[in-house]
This record gives sequence, C-alpha cells and structure tokens, in this order.
Amino acid sequence: MKKKFSVVLVAFAAALMLGFTVTSCKSKPKDADIKTAVEQQLNNPAVSVAVTEGAVTLTGEVIDDAAKAALATSAQTVKGVKSVDNQLTVTPPPAPVVISADDSLATAVNDAIKDHAGVTAAVKDGVVTLTGEVKKADLAKLMQKVNALKPRKVENKTVSK
Amino acid sequence: MALQSKYQQLIDAATAAGVANLQVREQDGVLYIDGDAPSGAVKDQLWDVYGQIDPNFAGGDLVLNVNATAEAGTSVKVITESSNLNIRKGPGTDQPIVGKAAKDEVITLVSKANDQWWLVRTADGEEGYAYSQYLEPVV
Repeated sequence: MKKKFSVVLVAFAAALMLGFTVTSCKSKPKDADIKTAVEQQLNNPAVSVAVTEGAVTLTGEVIDDAAKAALATSAQTVKGVKSVDNQLTVTPPPAPVVISADDSLATAVNDAIKDHAGVTAAVKDGVVTLTGEVKKADLAKLMQKVNALKPRKVENKTVSK
Repeated sequence: MALQSKYQQLIDAATAAGVANLQVREQDGVLYIDGDAPSGAVKDQLWDVYGQIDPNFAGGDLVLNVNATAEAGTSVKVITESSNLNIRKGPGTDQPIVGKAAKDEVITLVSKANDQWWLVRTADGEEGYAYSQYLEPVV
C-alpha cells in the first residue's frame, strides 16, 4: 500500500514537472513570435520591439507625433499583443541643405579663387568644378573658401604641384 | 549613411572640439557638415582630419563648412599665408582696394556684410571689407 502511494506520488510529480516544462516552452517562443510579428507589421528599421508576456514596448526615433501614434496603433492589432508601451521619441527631420543659386555662387567662387592664380572654376547647378594647378600648401585654403559658399558639391580636379 | 561612416572621424572630432550648431546631413550623395568652430585652430584641426581621410579633397562627396565665428565689435587676426590682406571699398574682389592689413595684424570686426565679406577697421582707422577666410577670432 505504501509502495503504491509513492508510485502515484512520483507519477504526480513527474506530471507536474512535465506540465511546467510544457507551459514554459509554450510561453517563451510566444513572446518571440509576437516580436517577429510586430516587427513585420511595423516594417520600420528605426523602431525596436521588445515583448514580455505579450506586453510590447516600442523604442526608437520617428519623425513626428502622427508616426509615433500610428506605429503604436499598428502594433496593437498584432495577434497576442496585450498592451503597447509607446516609448518612441519624436526627432524632426533636419532642414534640407541650402544651396546657393548659380549666379551668386559664381561671383563668390571668383572671389574665392582670386588669390590662387592657375586655378579655374566652373559653376553649374550648384556644382563647383575646380581645375588647373595649385600649390599643395594652398589646396586646403582654396577648398576652405569654396566649401564655405554653400555649393551643392565641389569637384576638385586641380593638380597639386 | 555610408558617407557618415566614411567621415565619422571628422564628425567625432567636430563634436569633441565643441563645434556649435553642428549639422550633419546627407543629401543626394553628398555629406554636408556645417557648424561654428570656437576658434581658427579647431577649424584647421578639422581640415587636417579631412585631409587624412581624403588627402587631395578630391572625393566630391563632402562639403565641410565649419568656420570660426567672430562677433561684431571683437578683434580678429589676419591669417594670410604671407601677403597683406586687401581691404576693399565694398564686398567683392571687383571693389577698389582702400587699405591693407599685414599678416598677424589684429584688426576690429565692425560688422558682417555676408559670410564671406566682413567690414573691418585697422588700428590706423582704415575701414573697408576684407575676405573672412583670412580672418580668425582672437581667442
């Protein structure tokens, strides 16, 4: 009788352990699955997703409040998501780069290269192309001057001597 | 983003040197780095770093516009290579020369006509426009 009782006990304990194992196996990949599903749903590399027992936390930077709200709403629709903690921060995009108009840029470039005899400059669509010869020691100074004029880009094709 | 990593050393140097209003923007294959350097030495240091990354400044993928700022009414030093700095009647090299300032001479910045041309006054009272790239703040 005593022996039978222990067998039952062992069986019960084993069943209990198995139960725990199964439960933990079941819950862990679930969070991982939710994370993957939310990431796919949001499809935004700037947003990080963390999931703990179905509770989703979003972190990262977005460009405005509307995007921040939309991402949280979108995450909420994913199956298995219990709650969304929206920790996204709003960082407005930088103002576009100001490029000088060609006529004022050409005037400014002529002033800039005046002290560098042997250097010629052409300006087109904001691109300043420098050709000719410049002393190696003067190249940085020449480039400093031209870079300060708000060009689209500077194509330095000069030869240093 | 690729350009930012190419010039990361430069961006880090600008941040470390305390460049104010630093802006790093990538647009149409060109990286634009703008800001106000606290001194001419910091500007030179940044151009040294740029020169280490691209020795002939020939990449055509960076516009480095970090200049030493000086306030109106303060002193600025003439940093020409060796020659005198022309002081002109108006803001442009087409304007007549009304005076000269020697290399290393300290003159007064009266006001700024634009980023390139600053109205200056020498100790002798000569007043006119000088090219700002040959002037740096006296720190």
